[in-house]
Parts: sequence; C-alpha cells; structure tokens
Amino acid sequence: MIAAAEGVNLGREAVTLVTYLTASVLFILGLKGLTKAETARRGMQYAALGMLLAVVGTLIKQEIVSYGWIAAGMVIGTIIGWPLGTRVPMTAMPQRIAISHMFGALAATLVGIAEYYTHMRSGIGIPRPIMAALGFEVLFGSLTVTGSFMAFGKLQEILPGRPITYKGQNAVNIGVFFLTILMFAYLIVHPDAQVVFYAMIAVAFVIGISLVLPIGGGDMPVVISLLNSYAGLAASATGFAIDNSLLIIAGALDGASGFILSIIMSKAMNRSFGNVIFGAFGAAPESGTAEVVGEMKEISVEDAALQLAYAQRVIVVPGYGLAVAQAQQVVRELADQVERRGGEVKYAIHPVAGRMPGHMNVLLAEANIPYEKLLDMDEINHEFASTDVAVVIGANDVVNPAARTDKSSPIYGMPILDVDKAKAVFVLKRGKGKGFAGIENALFFGDKTRMIYGDAKGTLSKLVNEMKSV
Amino acid sequence: MTEPVAEMLSPESLVLANQFLKLFVFVLAGFVGFLVITRVPPLLHTPLMSATNAISAISIVGALVAAGRDHNTVSTVLGFVAVICATINAVGGFIITDRMLRMFKGGGAKK
Repeated sequence: MIAAAEGVNLGREAVTLVTYLTASVLFILGLKGLTKAETARRGMQYAALGMLLAVVGTLIKQEIVSYGWIAAGMVIGTIIGWPLGTRVPMTAMPQRIAISHMFGALAATLVGIAEYYTHMRSGIGIPRPIMAALGFEVLFGSLTVTGSFMAFGKLQEILPGRPITYKGQNAVNIGVFFLTILMFAYLIVHPDAQVVFYAMIAVAFVIGISLVLPIGGGDMPVVISLLNSYAGLAASATGFAIDNSLLIIAGALDGASGFILSIIMSKAMNRSFGNVIFGAFGAAPESGTAEVVGEMKEISVEDAALQLAYAQRVIVVPGYGLAVAQAQQVVRELADQVERRGGEVKYAIHPVAGRMPGHMNVLLAEANIPYEKLLDMDEINHEFASTDVAVVIGANDVVNPAARTDKSSPIYGMPILDVDKAKAVFVLKRGKGKGFAGIENALFFGDKTRMIYGDAKGTLSKLVNEMKSV
Repeated sequence: MTEPVAEMLSPESLVLANQFLKLFVFVLAGFVGFLVITRVPPLLHTPLMSATNAISAISIVGALVAAGRDHNTVSTVLGFVAVICATINAVGGFIITDRMLRMFKGGGAKK
C-alpha cells in the first residue's frame, strides 16, 4: 500500500503476483497429495517449491531495498531449522510440532507489530478495516505463541503434564476474554491508541497461557490441533493486513486443517470443544463411577510368549505408553516372531491414541511397519471378535468398555476399540494405576485379560526372546 | 470526531471494499481446504499437521518486506526476527514432513 505512492514497476509487480498465484496452487496440490500415502511425498515437494517461489517473488519486490538483515535472518533460520528437521526423533514429534506452531505464530505477530508501528510512525494513520485485520493477527498470533510454548513445556515435561487448575479459573478466563474483546473494539474505533494495542498483545499472551494451563496430557491432540488452526488464522489475518492473497489462502488452508483435526479429535473423545478447554478433564475425580468387580490377573512372560507363538491372528493396540517407552522397534520384532510362525499381526489405532493426531502411525511407520497394517478404529473394530490375542501396549481409556456400557462413567459414549471382544487380551502396563481420565478400566478385570507389568520395552524384548526359543 | 470521519470516509470505504474482496478469497480457500483435508486419512494426520505448519511459514512473505523495506529500525529488527522464525518453520517443517513421509512404506514389493 505504501509502495503504491512511489511509482511501482508494473512488470516486476506482475512477476511477484504470478509467483504468488503459482504458490497458492502448489500449496493446494500439496495438501491434495496428502490424501494418499503414495502421493504424499510428491505433494509436499510441490508445496516446498511453492514456498521457494513465493520467497523469490517477494525478494524481487520493489519495496525491499536492503538485503542485509534478510540474508542474516534466513541464514540463522536455516541453521536452527535444519537440525529441527533432520535430528528430532519421531517420539518427540508432538513437542516438535508444538514449538513450530510457536515460531509460526511469533512470525505473524511480529509482522503485525512492525506494520502497526510503521503506520503509527509515518503518521498516515490506519484505516479501520486494516486495524481490524491487524488486531486479529496479533491476537491469534500472540495467544498461539504462549499457548504453544505451554503445550511444548507440558509435552517436553518441563512443566507438569497434569491439568493445572485453581479456584475461580473459569471466571478469570472469561474476564480476561471480555477485556480483550473490549480492547479490540476500542482499537477499531481508535486505531491510534497505541497503549491499548500493546496492552492487548500482553493480555493475549496471558490468554494463551491460561488456555493451555488446565489441559491435561490426554487432551493434547485437541489443543495442538486448535493451536495449529490459530497459527493459520494469524497468517491469514496478516494477509488481510498487508494486502496479500497468498497469505490469506495459505493461512485459510492451515486454519481449516487445524479446525478439522480438532473436531475429529473431540469427536473421538465424545466431547465438545468447550468441554476440552474449560473442562480440565480428570482434574476432579468424577463420582458415581460403578465399582469394578473382580481382580486383575497376571501372566508370566513365558506363558504369554507361548500363547502368542501359537496365535493365528494378533492385533496390537498401541497407546501413549508405547511412545514413552520408545518401544516401536521391539513391537516390530514381536510381530516378526508371530509372522515367522504363520500368524498375522495388525495394528489398531484409536484417533486420540498418543499426544497428537496420527502419533501412533508415525511411530509404527518409523519401525518399518507397512502402513496397510495400521488400521483405524472403524476399519478394525469388527475384527477383534475373530482375534486370538490382542496386545494392549500402554493404552488405557481408549480400550475401556465402560465407554459402551456404563452410563455413569465420565467417558461414557466415547468410541473405543473393542479389545474386550478378542479371545484373549494381554495388557502391558507400567503399574496398576489408572488411566488419564482417572477411571478404573473394566477391561483389565475381564476373564480373558492377563496383565504383564513393567516397562513396555523391557517386557516386549523379553517376550521376543522367549518366542525365539519356543 | 465528526470532521476526520467525514474526511476519511471515502478512502476508508475503499479499503473496506478491498477487505471484503479478500474475505471472498479467505472463505473460498477455507472451503477448498475443508474439501481436501477431510479426505486425508488418519494415517497421515501427523504429516498433515507438520505440512500445514510448514505452509503457514508463508508469513515469511510479510517478514521479508518488514525486514527489507528500510523504513525504520523497529520494523527492520522485528522483521529480522520474524524472518528467522518463519525460515525455521519453512526449512525444518518441509524437511521433517518429508522425513516422516519417507517412513510410510507400503507392504508390497516397493523397496
């Protein structure tokens, strides 16, 4: 907008716009590639090419007059980004994603502040429709910055993973929320109220913190998806503020993706958005849960190995415990042993198993398990009845039959994996404790269920060794 | 209050019209995103998330302008930091997405 006054070189401007248009198309093609595993890599190469084009198209813009800072920034960014891409282990993927939401949102926020400051300094003033866009940009941006950082802290276990709550928390949150809306409204009417602008950013930082504070580890898939969506919306708002359609399109794609994922995740937990964010699930133990009768029966590794050795159909049910124990390779070895004897092994993946959407799939793919064997809940649930042994590794609430039968249970109605229908169930578990939701799991007390306590990785290696000698 | 409003009315309404045009772009792009992304299988949800994250590093376009237009030091420095952040996501995001996708192998004869 500012450049328009200085006599624009139309040719150059047209080239820039063509690169932006091409980049938009490449981004959409890239996401389309992700609808199939076979085309996904090619798709992302398109998207990366789009990014490169957009950067080149921007660098030739007439507005840009000095390149020193730009070059320095890109070099530093590459030096930091390269190891974040090549070195981070797959087990650390949730926190890796969380921290990158933070970087993305921070970039958008800073661009927003720079834009506002430049307008204020030049004394031209900001038209209200632009101010509205800038407001959305810094709001979504800054709450995503602190929110993602909190999520990162919880996943990296710098912060306690349990929900952190205090009395009157929801009242405080609602208060802060309305304060922000008020400030935003004031800014649209008085765009040059600089104090309000910066104060609003500060308050948005606080919102980000208090949004994620009460969220527990098992709810992380929803929160990470939601933050993904916010980071996209911040980028989109940047496009509105600096008059750039490419930003709007890319941000809208990102926003839509995060939004869809968070809806899928909420549904898989049979809960609403509001419930996840304001509920602090599991913070207060729910009363009225039916007592589970019976006792948990243990089985020795030797007996379990024997039974697995003669099983024809085995389904492995992985949960967050698998990621914690980093046991994905050993799972594969166990499956090899079963398959060596002519048995068949499949994997049942619950949508919210782990700490982010698709977490288990990535881990198992890392262990070279072909993706045809990784099956969604809906694809595999009917197969449990004809399964000889189901092996539950560090999963709890997603296999709790109380979700189907017990109306008083806090997880009643949540879609679960029908592990209890298998002919035999082995549960690998660290101890006798309860799951994330803090409820007893009726599956563990079932007649067909046998418990094997201990670290998942250790137990699995022992099983593998036993099976080799059977 | 009255005179500046009267004075700014016409440029402001132009800007407003322009913002509405962008709203069309936003809504349509969101719609395309919705159609495409609902077809992404749960198998690829983590790569999807890291891919959209890499794509949202497109804020770099705004960051480059802020860092390079040489209007004032504050804008340059903020832009500089924003370029760093966006580059981290663009570089790291596409690399890690590719690394993940490389691991997803079919069971057939492929490699």
